[in-house]
Amino acid sequence: MTRTGPTDERTTTRAEYCVIACAEAWRGDGEILASPMGTVPSVAARLARLTFSPELLLTDGEALLIGDVPAIGAASAVTEGWLPYRRHLTMVSGGRRHVMMGASQIDRFGNQNISCIGDWERPARQLLGVRGAPANTVNNPVSYWIPKHSPRVFVPKVDMISGVGYDSAAAAGPAASRFHELRRVVSDLGVFDFATPDHSLRVVSLHPGVTPGRVREATGFALAVPDDVPCTREPTAEELRLIRDVVDPRGLREREVRA
Amino acid sequence: MSDHGTTGAAGAGVPARAGKVMTPEEVVGRLASGMTLGIGGWGSRRKPMALVRALLRSDVTDLTVVSYGGPDVGLLAAAGRIRRLVTAFTTLDSIPLEPHFRAARERGAFPLVELDEAMFLQGLTAGAQRLPFLPTRAGLGSDVLRVNPGLRTVTSPYEDGEELVAVPALRLDAALVHLNRADRFGNGQYLGPDPYVDDLFCEAADTAYVSCERIVGSAELTAHAAPQTLLVSRHSVTGVTETPGGAHFTSCAPDYGRDEPFQRAYAAAAAEPDGWRAFHDRFLSGAERDYHLAVRTWHKEQR
Repeated sequence: MTRTGPTDERTTTRAEYCVIACAEAWRGDGEILASPMGTVPSVAARLARLTFSPELLLTDGEALLIGDVPAIGAASAVTEGWLPYRRHLTMVSGGRRHVMMGASQIDRFGNQNISCIGDWERPARQLLGVRGAPANTVNNPVSYWIPKHSPRVFVPKVDMISGVGYDSAAAAGPAASRFHELRRVVSDLGVFDFATPDHSLRVVSLHPGVTPGRVREATGFALAVPDDVPCTREPTAEELRLIRDVVDPRGLREREVRA
Repeated sequence: MSDHGTTGAAGAGVPARAGKVMTPEEVVGRLASGMTLGIGGWGSRRKPMALVRALLRSDVTDLTVVSYGGPDVGLLAAAGRIRRLVTAFTTLDSIPLEPHFRAARERGAFPLVELDEAMFLQGLTAGAQRLPFLPTRAGLGSDVLRVNPGLRTVTSPYEDGEELVAVPALRLDAALVHLNRADRFGNGQYLGPDPYVDDLFCEAADTAYVSCERIVGSAELTAHAAPQTLLVSRHSVTGVTETPGGAHFTSCAPDYGRDEPFQRAYAAAAAEPDGWRAFHDRFLSGAERDYHLAVRTWHKEQR
């Protein structure tokens, strides 16, 4: 790897590999809305827009589409569109959107839970509620970001299906599967997708320093691990500069990912 | 503010329209225990908190609450006023989990109708349009159908034959919403970036009450704002009440943002019983005026 310029003196951090892996989710998406949930996906969506996916639409996190790419936490100076919640919900059903959600639980077919832990009738732990996850997953492409890969998150069966997985979509019939597409799962350990014959989770790449044994241990179900697992790709010098100096100069990404 | 829009076009012989201005207490006086009550806003944004506080001072209870929930749901849950809750989430936004809602769910305090955000919107739209249901793809394949066994699907009568979720109409006995401005006839205006779905709440309700930061003359509404800011129309409004700071501690852009320090204090207090008792005594035991004075004093203490 060639290292030039002042921003390259630091080693690439785990959080920065995660940013690259998340940004790649939106490669080739064209003129659709990138909806990132969480800090690393937010840095990633802005990086993608500044580099290989310049047509992406971004919001200010409230009701406006922003025409510029300010740093995370900084105000936007250019408004290019209006997207209040009700229009956002309508846009979801039109499919011109790729959301990256979080997950309190996710299973091997991509069923996701953000609603509650335990029995829904009287949960041991109430979480967010299903929010827009049911609509998102049957209408537009969905990816997931899991900042802390563990068997508590990657579970055999989720307690409340909020985001719909491949098996559930198939069981619910053609109307559920028609626009259903889970693109990728990025965690602090690696990148995963569902491109197996039965749409179960498989390893696409592992971040540098992560072994197949480590990720198997941290996953609560059988995980498809190909023989030659590649490393998550390196950021380019320009991408590192954009992450560190332009999009996330305060280093908020490092707070979301264990070193 | 001289004519409140009643003179001018309304010439001699034309009967003057009656205003609908009332106090928050009069609004709450029109509510009854057992009602289905819709509450506008979204999460911790533009919630009709002054009306919710007035409701807490009344003995109205046993409510079916329909809300994209925030501290409105939290306060009503903490006070034991909810019989059933219809929601897609209940959050404080900058604080993801509403502590009172969480505690209520974890002790099984009331039955929940948990819907997806888009299903909720379809239900409210059906309510406003007097339709029995509206179809949506949202919910298919998810456990929303498992935990709401009453939800039905409907098959498209056209060639596609798609089987979709039929979200039943959310019809309301009463709706409470908070807007930036209104005139005394019930024309309500939002000046922030997001209307949320306050107009649908009013249209889906048999009676709807608008609280606002300021009641102005009708002509003043569009003196400095575009006509599409007139979100709620008087034909769908029963009563109007002026409650400056009436969304506090939620946001009411552009009049004020969310009171984040106070919301943090609310959430911290709500997380444990002794803390909540003290918070309640200090902020919620008096009238609306007392609430705002107590908040002002609290802020001075934080400096």
